[in-house]
Amino acid sequence: MNENSLKKVNTASSSPDYTEIVQSASFQKLLKQKRNFILPLSLFFLAFYFTLPILTAYTTVLNKPAFASMTWAWVFAFAQFVMTWTLCILYTKRASKFDELVDTIKKEAAN
Amino acid sequence: MNVLAFSLFLAIVGLTLIITYAASKRTKTTSDFYTADGSLTGWQNGMAIAGDYMSAASFLGIAGMVALSGFDGFFYSIGFLVAYLVVLYIVAEPLRNLGKYTMADMIAARFNEKKVRGVAALNTITISIFYMIAQLVGAGALIHLLLGLDYVYSVLIVGVLMTVYVVFGGMTATSWVQIVKALLLMIGTFIISIIVFSKFDFSLAKMFSEMKTATPLGDSFLNPGNKFKNPLDMISLNLALVLGTAGLPHILIRFFTVKDAITARKSVIYATWIIGVFYIMTIFLGFGAAAFVGYDDIIKANAAGNMAAPLLAQVLGGDFLFAFVSAVAFATILAVVAGLVLSAASAFAHDFYSHILRKGAATEKEQVVAARWASIGVSILSIILALFAQNMNVAFLVALAFAVAASANLPIILLTIFWKHFNTSGAVTGMLVGLFSSLFLVAISPNVWAPEPGAAIFVGEPLITLTNPGIISIPLGFLAAFIGTLLSSKKADEKKFDEILVKANTGMGIEEPVKH
Repeated sequence: MNENSLKKVNTASSSPDYTEIVQSASFQKLLKQKRNFILPLSLFFLAFYFTLPILTAYTTVLNKPAFASMTWAWVFAFAQFVMTWTLCILYTKRASKFDELVDTIKKEAAN
Repeated sequence: MNVLAFSLFLAIVGLTLIITYAASKRTKTTSDFYTADGSLTGWQNGMAIAGDYMSAASFLGIAGMVALSGFDGFFYSIGFLVAYLVVLYIVAEPLRNLGKYTMADMIAARFNEKKVRGVAALNTITISIFYMIAQLVGAGALIHLLLGLDYVYSVLIVGVLMTVYVVFGGMTATSWVQIVKALLLMIGTFIISIIVFSKFDFSLAKMFSEMKTATPLGDSFLNPGNKFKNPLDMISLNLALVLGTAGLPHILIRFFTVKDAITARKSVIYATWIIGVFYIMTIFLGFGAAAFVGYDDIIKANAAGNMAAPLLAQVLGGDFLFAFVSAVAFATILAVVAGLVLSAASAFAHDFYSHILRKGAATEKEQVVAARWASIGVSILSIILALFAQNMNVAFLVALAFAVAASANLPIILLTIFWKHFNTSGAVTGMLVGLFSSLFLVAISPNVWAPEPGAAIFVGEPLITLTNPGIISIPLGFLAAFIGTLLSSKKADEKKFDEILVKANTGMGIEEPVKH
């Protein structure tokens, strides 16, 4: 209830100065932390993802058996699943830190 | 006709209609209709995203492709899954923070001009219709095979049902149909996978070594290269798969059904786990079908391999499992087409009618009426197109939808969030070039032109050898957005970008769902 009435007050008053928020230290910190996490990991998963089709399209190195009859192509394919889940978990952990910063920014803007 | 299968079909239809009836009583406002009033939890929305995403092309198509071509079919599973990292890392949260009902809302939050909204809506409608024709053609063929009904009646049944869900139940009914369907699909797939695995004594090593002799492909069944021979084409397909999801309108509108960006993030994470487990199981479906149904019988039932999963169910579990899996496949198609109708109808009613024609002056009631009529219109159009498209290759329509989504939508979504100097001209040129270049490249491709009659739509030499346009059209979409921005004399509004930056990253100032 309290939270709702607070939001109403916020929207009723003139909109906040977004440029000021952008220039604030906590917002810059959020942008920087997000960039440092998302950019390198995105480049990594795209590179990892495309390595499989590129290797299978232009070479046969992945056709060698890895375990019993399972070839390296399958191992690489399963690794893509493991990578996706791992990056999901990593993001969940990191995002809770982003959320804390977002709360700080919102509080600063409300004052 | 299989009586058991028919009864299970009826049970599923009955269940979904009860859901729709319950939802219809709650669907009064535009927010109810488009977004279920933003009331879904992360878990519910994650299931609904999975239900929306694991389409007939995934369930029937990938199982068939793995069964017939071995490793190559699995590329689809990998691409469809890894795509969720793009959604999770880059698209989901800003989209929820900036958008309200449609993808165009998000772009219009920065560039509030009619032409931007209009072109974004055009993209949404084009992609949804392509995707929908593919699903309807698949549905027609499936019901024809299972129940012996004529193709025309099969398409009409699915078409009428999807219209009923959307028109009466809106996003609430559509979401719950997707959730129920996701559950049924996971249960069915899990049972089959366990039975298949047990036949190999729960040993991966044994499974892989027995697959070497189980198919006409022999050893090479386990190696890549049976289906995709052209390296560039194959990389192009993978590019469209991994980038397309983040531009698919029916997936994007699912992020407006939750209350905030944190819940949107949670729903992507749940969806990624569910979809990942499902796609791992496509190996068991595919291997099982290859080993226990056999190449010849799969081909005999459907040349594209679409019947591999239901046939496998029959071999393993008899008529009941066959009936169950067939009914689940039917529910899958219903859920996915309902989501597609909703995304196309939202674009039409919300973006074209409310914002462009009525300039935002339509009353709440008029908007809901418009959304319902738009759903009926979209349904009729797609049913008619599906009736003409009976003999078209459905896989190509789905791949085309992914390529258009990646070329026309994704560049604009990314640049809207991240590029300070991006402007209206850039957004419009990017979307139009992405859309038309991918359509044009497909129109001159081997999907449409083949030298021998019957292999494609027209007889003749294709002008390019690529079956998937992504590798050309995706960079073109980005390039056009850049060039359009640079050539425009109008400078980007930097104050507006600051506002977008704050809103996208913090969710400040987003509209709360209206409480009733």
